[in-house]
Amino acid sequence: MAVLDVEGLRTYYKTLRGDVKAVDGVSFRVEKGEATGIAGESGCGKTTLALSILRLLPSGGKIVEGKVVFDGTSLGDLTNEQLRKKVRWKGISLVFQGAMNAFNPVYKVGEQIVEAIRIHEPDVSKKDAWQRAGDLFELVGIERGRADNYPHEFSGGMKQRALIAMALALNPKMLIADEPGTALDVIVQAQVLKLMRELKEKLGLSMILISHDLSILAETCDKMAIMYAGKVVEYGSVYEVFKEPLHPYTQGLVGAFPRLKGPRTKLSSVPGSPPDLLNPPAGCHFHPRCPFAMDVCKKEEPPLIQVGSKDHYVACWLYPGK
Amino acid sequence: MLAISRQVIEMTTESAETGSEIIVEVEGLTKHFPLKTGFFQSLVSRTELSVKAVDGISFKIKKGQIFGLAGESGSGKTTTGRLLVRLIHPTGGKIIFEGKDISNLSDKKLKPLRRRMQIVFQDPYESLNPRMSIKEIVAEPLRVQRICKTEDEVEERVKDALRDVELVPPEEFIFRFPHELSGGQRQRVAVARAFVVRPDMVVADEPVSMLDVSIRAEILNLMLNLVQKYNASFLFITHDLAVSRHMCDRLGIMYLGQLVETGSTDNVIGNSLHPYTQSLIDAVPVPDPSSRRTGDVLSGEIPSPINPPRGCRFHTRCPYAHTRCLSEEPHLVEVEPDHMVSCHLYTYSS
Repeated sequence: MAVLDVEGLRTYYKTLRGDVKAVDGVSFRVEKGEATGIAGESGCGKTTLALSILRLLPSGGKIVEGKVVFDGTSLGDLTNEQLRKKVRWKGISLVFQGAMNAFNPVYKVGEQIVEAIRIHEPDVSKKDAWQRAGDLFELVGIERGRADNYPHEFSGGMKQRALIAMALALNPKMLIADEPGTALDVIVQAQVLKLMRELKEKLGLSMILISHDLSILAETCDKMAIMYAGKVVEYGSVYEVFKEPLHPYTQGLVGAFPRLKGPRTKLSSVPGSPPDLLNPPAGCHFHPRCPFAMDVCKKEEPPLIQVGSKDHYVACWLYPGK
Repeated sequence: MLAISRQVIEMTTESAETGSEIIVEVEGLTKHFPLKTGFFQSLVSRTELSVKAVDGISFKIKKGQIFGLAGESGSGKTTTGRLLVRLIHPTGGKIIFEGKDISNLSDKKLKPLRRRMQIVFQDPYESLNPRMSIKEIVAEPLRVQRICKTEDEVEERVKDALRDVELVPPEEFIFRFPHELSGGQRQRVAVARAFVVRPDMVVADEPVSMLDVSIRAEILNLMLNLVQKYNASFLFITHDLAVSRHMCDRLGIMYLGQLVETGSTDNVIGNSLHPYTQSLIDAVPVPDPSSRRTGDVLSGEIPSPINPPRGCRFHTRCPYAHTRCLSEEPHLVEVEPDHMVSCHLYTYSS
């Protein structure tokens, strides 16, 4: 059964010059205990998608259409109060981008975790909450005593771990991590990714991982969605998507990664830059950058269709539907 | 591999030195940044604290070669790059640029040399002056160095430089300002600014780490083309080993201000010897879900460069550390032609 089901989600930001279509008709589902990766360039709507799921959009942002069903309840029908009490932290936790700035610098890290626990579960005593914060620290591989430290006493990797610990404070069913590896060093990044994989196994967490780095998703996710200009252009199991990328954009992205092993090849790139989301091009949003663009691409928008018998979907006119 | 005799080592070092012209040579380069201490502490303790950002490194770059420096943040890569173009003053050691020691030259004497060495910074959002047009940004080195006699000549050179970085047609870009450009376009401007004076050596400090993946490849390919076109030498600083494999002819791996392994890129990545290099390679995520890493990840983080560990600096995290590593500092030795490593696993105790 799917834990999270997103259907036709559209989120627009209202500006004086018109609506910025940051998320423009996105559908995907996350099964229980599964990790789904969302990849794409900056400005393609990845973060807005995550914020829309939890209705944490900044002012001006609005969910125009679509449904988010989490664990059988449609989140759109809940009031803000219900959403805050039942879903955020307890159902879905969000690990924000930029661990460096996510903690309040004037409170101890432990205090911030205790605060989160006690706000959502007022019956828990302070002592028990501190105990739990210590347990969480051990779970993510930090000494429990360090809960008594201030954020500036932590290194970047430790802050990221502490942030994950905090997200797990109320036993959520699902974790959304926005760029968990960026701004960390390779080795520390590998440590954090390993931790996320272990947590997923140990706690049976469902996860959404957002990253611009395809290789991070290749390592941690089961399914992945490639986003371009507010739309999902390809979706499927990571194995399928990497073995046989179908969409020209995915092909470009996969080829743009230099590899450590195997023959050295010339890197492919995706020339041009992403479109202005105020005025996206007609038809397929990718057609101005696409080497295979045909006439139909300029006029009609391709639907996301299944290709082959496997769990692999693509939105591109190159692939005729069944 | 352990059974390589001293003689062989000496012979190969000799042969490595001959060959094409060396453009820059660094010998025992050191940079310590003194730490400010309070008045009371300066009375109590006699020892002066300093951040040992770069601590005695030596390497050579030949003409037309791309030398890569890789390592975690805090390993001293950026400081080395800045020292090389003398943006900062070294604490010790020598920088020899085309046979001339430039490590202690005054700013005035350095100025003519600046024409020949340029740097591309990491963050294109901060390295371009927001109040200057693209033309002024790219023309500034030409004006400072008084390379062009007439204004027309300046404009021509600027346009050429913009064409080189594929900002075409250049007429469309010269009167724009940095905020009108995307990150990738800005970094192209930064590259154009470095190459407009036709330098012999360019330091590129993580030039693509702030850019999106799809744009990254274009900038890398562009820089490879420019290096070939102008036969410039390149010091390429990166934390991404996959990128350095793509770009560099030779590679140096840095840890806490020291070089721990250096050699041709194929040797260092294909046959890495130092445990640190090996763990760096293991830590690079593989863009292929069918070959996921299963091995252990190196634990811990880089120690403080104020008080680096004694002996081998890596011993606190090294899975193979033994007693000798705790007390005795290893030195770079040549293990095979064009491949040096600084690790007790590959040396005999004398």
